Amino acid sequence: MALLTLENVSVAYENQNILDNFSLNIEKGQLISLLGPSGCGKTTTLRLIAGFLEAKAGRFLFDGKDYTRVPVNKRNFGFVFQSYALFPHLSVFDNVAFGLRLRKVNQAEIDQRVRHILDVVSLNGFEKRFPKELSGGQRQRVAIARALVIQPDLLLFDEPLSNLDANLRVNMRVEIRRIQQELGITTVYVSHDQEECFSISDQVAIMNKGIIEQLDDPATIFKYPRTEFVARFIGFNNFIDFGERTEQDGEIHLTAGSHTFRAAKNPGTANHSGKKGAIRPDDLVVSAEEPADSVRNVLKGKVKVSTFLGRSYQYVVETDLGDFTVNQEMDSPYKAGQPVYLMFPKEKLVLVD
Amino acid sequence: MREKNRGLALFTFLIFLFLLGPLLIISVTSFEPGTVLKFPPQGFSLRWYENIFEVEMFMETFKTSMIVSLAGNLLALALGIPAAYALSRFQFKGKSLLNGVFISPVLIPGIVMGFAMLKYVIITYQLPIYAGLLVGHTVLMLPFIIRVIASSLSNFDFAIEEASLSLGAGRLETFFKVVLPNIRSGIIAAVLIAFLESFNNVDISVFMTGPGVSTLPIQMLTYVENYFDPTIAAISVLLMIITAIFMFIIERLMGLSYFTKR
Repeated sequence: MALLTLENVSVAYENQNILDNFSLNIEKGQLISLLGPSGCGKTTTLRLIAGFLEAKAGRFLFDGKDYTRVPVNKRNFGFVFQSYALFPHLSVFDNVAFGLRLRKVNQAEIDQRVRHILDVVSLNGFEKRFPKELSGGQRQRVAIARALVIQPDLLLFDEPLSNLDANLRVNMRVEIRRIQQELGITTVYVSHDQEECFSISDQVAIMNKGIIEQLDDPATIFKYPRTEFVARFIGFNNFIDFGERTEQDGEIHLTAGSHTFRAAKNPGTANHSGKKGAIRPDDLVVSAEEPADSVRNVLKGKVKVSTFLGRSYQYVVETDLGDFTVNQEMDSPYKAGQPVYLMFPKEKLVLVD
Repeated sequence: MREKNRGLALFTFLIFLFLLGPLLIISVTSFEPGTVLKFPPQGFSLRWYENIFEVEMFMETFKTSMIVSLAGNLLALALGIPAAYALSRFQFKGKSLLNGVFISPVLIPGIVMGFAMLKYVIITYQLPIYAGLLVGHTVLMLPFIIRVIASSLSNFDFAIEEASLSLGAGRLETFFKVVLPNIRSGIIAAVLIAFLESFNNVDISVFMTGPGVSTLPIQMLTYVENYFDPTIAAISVLLMIITAIFMFIIERLMGLSYFTKR
């Protein structure tokens, strides 16, 4: 049974529905990311779980109990804020001890637990410093320690790394994953950074306009997006609208204009009824020479724009099915206006809704 | 360039002379040994400073002023802190109207405020003089309290409040343990500036005072109508010193720019 269940919840802000009939299950011990563009409802979902927001309909179950009306200060969830939200008037020690003092833990145990958790986040020796005397990364560690020391039943992160510089972001996300796994704590992580979410999560929920477009493990989403939105979000930017779809010999045959394409069945995931083909620029193959007849999925076209990306060249190729973007490593690039052939490897052509 | 700068320096000097000159003259004449206010003074003496403490009315009204300003300050804080908090923290209908209402005592001439309060509050509810003074001064101080505290709350990250809630504190506990300590300097500054406003106030007090009960500035006004000795200059110097000390503390706490920005 899931540890956390959101059941048909609706949240409105100023008469506008942000979440409508929204459901989500999270298993114990997992790190699940909510990923999506701003305004997709990911932060609302997180704040609803935390208890900062109230649902106008639906239920929130946690560990088999109804938490819908439990106020935030009775939930025992740890929350890590984008702005860190450390208490400026308290030292590192007192910041971390705040939750323990509220729980009337005795002083000896507070000392011991604070020191232990500062050890976990590699901040021992910083007890007497004040937040303004710390760097961004250190503040974030204090914020994490403060959320962890209360031994929360659930850990919630709201874009915790977006105020840090790029190098530190990578280090901290590894750190967050390490701590999360070490303590085996169920975690919900919100970010708009795809790489961040994919790198540390057990499950990723891609959200758009208040609904979950796809909830899967990162590798599955990366290879087999279910919807056009997810596909676009993770870098598929070539799409073909197909007409007829039939299955033959374990392959899917699709028509577009006068062309016939073949796509492989997606292994594992349910092979859904999508009739839109999606392919990444890196997965398309471009060639100036006409491929042999045995090669399928070929489109003839003309280079429209050619740009240099450093490691490879990027071309926009004009065909009778529209423009396609393709990246290819090569020594001497094709020129604009040159006729070329585009090949769509059938394993890389993903069908989405 | 140099010529221009010199002109500007002269202009600045003249402005300062215009502003501070009268205060300087008052300060100097307060040391006059004779019985009539004269400039320049004919010698040096502290006798009129001693006289302040011998005129019973001054001591009496000083006490009244202190009580009214301090008690009014507490009342204004009790009303002003929650108001400032609500105005900074929440979005609600009529917020800008409320903002305007709370600031209005600063914008409306004191005479008008004083008269209106006399007619519609003091007389209508038959308030005793002391109570009337207290109400008047509370209203007088409220906008200063709200403005200064609201501006110190404007730098406050309310995520800190949520952090406290998520760690298990209740709303009220969060306010006292997290919000209040972080706006402490704003509150102290608000208390001081409101105290000065109230302690030096004439235009509202003049309607609220009555037989037997008066504030120090009103007493000073009455005194100069009857006497022309340098006592009044001596008191003025003392009030200036108190004000300067207060302003110094406020400046150290949060910078005077807090009172010039809206």
